[in-house]
Amino acid sequence: MTETARPARGSFGVVNLFSQGFLLLWAAMVVLPLLWALVSSLKSDAEILSSPWALPTELHWENFGRAWTGGHIGEFFVNTIIVLIGGVSLTMLLGAMAAYVLARYPFPGNRVVYYAFVAGLTLPIFLALVPLYRIVGNLGNVPVVGPYLGLNSYLGLILVYVAYSLPFTVFFLHSFFRTLPTEVAEAGLLDGASHSGLFLRVMLPMAKPGLLSIGIFNVIGQWNQYLLPLVLMQRQSGTDTDHSVLAQGLLNLAVSQGYKSDWSGLFAGMTIAMLPMLAVYVLFQRQVQAGLTAGTLK
Amino acid sequence: MNHRRLPFVAGFLLVPIVLYAMYVVSPFVQTVFYSFTDWGGFSSEQNFLGLGNYAALLGDEVFQKAVLHNAFLLVLMPLTTILIALFLAFLLNVGGRSDSAGVRGVRGSGTYKVVLFFPQVLSVAIVVVLFQSVFRTDGLGLLNATLIKLGLVDAARPVQWFSNPDLVLWCLLFVMVWSGVGFYMVLFSAAMRSIPREVYEAALLDGAGRAPTFFRITLPLLRDTVSVAWVYLGFIALDGFALVTGLTPESGGGGPNHASELISNVLYRTAFSQGKFGYACAMGVALAVFSLLLAVVQLRVTRRERIEY
Repeated sequence: MTETARPARGSFGVVNLFSQGFLLLWAAMVVLPLLWALVSSLKSDAEILSSPWALPTELHWENFGRAWTGGHIGEFFVNTIIVLIGGVSLTMLLGAMAAYVLARYPFPGNRVVYYAFVAGLTLPIFLALVPLYRIVGNLGNVPVVGPYLGLNSYLGLILVYVAYSLPFTVFFLHSFFRTLPTEVAEAGLLDGASHSGLFLRVMLPMAKPGLLSIGIFNVIGQWNQYLLPLVLMQRQSGTDTDHSVLAQGLLNLAVSQGYKSDWSGLFAGMTIAMLPMLAVYVLFQRQVQAGLTAGTLK
Repeated sequence: MNHRRLPFVAGFLLVPIVLYAMYVVSPFVQTVFYSFTDWGGFSSEQNFLGLGNYAALLGDEVFQKAVLHNAFLLVLMPLTTILIALFLAFLLNVGGRSDSAGVRGVRGSGTYKVVLFFPQVLSVAIVVVLFQSVFRTDGLGLLNATLIKLGLVDAARPVQWFSNPDLVLWCLLFVMVWSGVGFYMVLFSAAMRSIPREVYEAALLDGAGRAPTFFRITLPLLRDTVSVAWVYLGFIALDGFALVTGLTPESGGGGPNHASELISNVLYRTAFSQGKFGYACAMGVALAVFSLLLAVVQLRVTRRERIEY
């Protein structure tokens, strides 16, 4: 032990081999199931059922078509994109506004509001679920705006996403706005810029790296959200349109494809749900890792 | 700085505060309130029960099983995840060769960091569907097929994984650890990189080996980060809803024969299938008390003076 642990020349080879071995093992545990799902999505059901390990004899791209239309993955995909665009842009706008004011404008009660937002980080969504269901349900009964805000409505879910994304967004951007230099702001105000003009034209552009990190964080978080849509996006009547998002639709698909034994379709659906986020992550991995770890390290 | 400040501050804060109060604060407050009633969820009728729901919880066998199962995960999941993540982070940052230029991570550590992080960006729904097929109880699942091929398992009697009451919690534990390790590895890596290189070099010059370096230098300096990770993982171990409903047998999960009930899925079933919202809220409050205790205890135990460097 002491021999291999000692960083002398000639022994680092052993250590390095061991390090590589353990890392490779864990990497394989992560990648193999994903790769297996990917390969299975191109096999026929007969091939999946006869030998789970074999490669497909020919590529069955039609599995993807079947999952997209027959399995409604296409509709779930569109629903997710709609909710995601609304949810993330509104979260970023409102989160940046609140964080900016709380970080740069001292007023009585500032700390109270800030800590009220941050406290939301520690509360599991689970605890709010039952009353939340009722609150959103009741909003649906409000005249005129009700149908847009109630259960199984895009905007209703978007607003809930925004509310639950605010704690981390405010927390993250608050510390970011604090680090920006005050001189620029003061100069801007002396030049006659309004407070909101200063925010839009000076502060937001300066906060771009922080906005990008937290933006990607919210994209991943809201794309992957499962519990909230499960409770809030269920069809309210037989004629109601299905507004399921991808995560929720995929699990329903898993149940129904299980009855139909359409395993290849299920694997294809899973691949469709998985690849966009993996692509976003690989493209922006530096910002994602920075954004995800920043909050926990502070 | 003072002209028209107030309208600006109020204008910027109004919408975020209203949304937050309406969708986040008020449900949490209501959960506490409803936990003292017998509200069914759909009628407006409700009677005040005082602590009745909480008394009922004490006699509820399924709920008690769920608490025990959560405790099992609460102890083992953060521990396992942190140990593996720490070890991987150590290998990535200081596990490689050391030479005159100092200690390095292993080769390809950048690629490992990207790949090992993958589970973090997968929706829990994808994790569920993926592991449904990995842990299939016939010979066709990835795991059973591999084990059969290696001759470790009899093809006629594949392992029952989530359908075996003795294995089901361990399988849940595995899936949780699998999903969590990548994130905490990156987190610990970032913390390790913030330790100045000279500290390591000094230790190596003094003749300290890798293991002593890790235990005497790296670990103590990472203490704050590890303790935060412990709290976060604790919250995950107290939840587990999607995994248990999606992966374990019986409607709403928790099977076989209540062997894997967790507080979260019992709560969901109680509220949305059995229509006992008041009682479910009491479970929620009990869960919140556990979470808070966990955070307080953990931060108390690990609190001490910061090391400056």
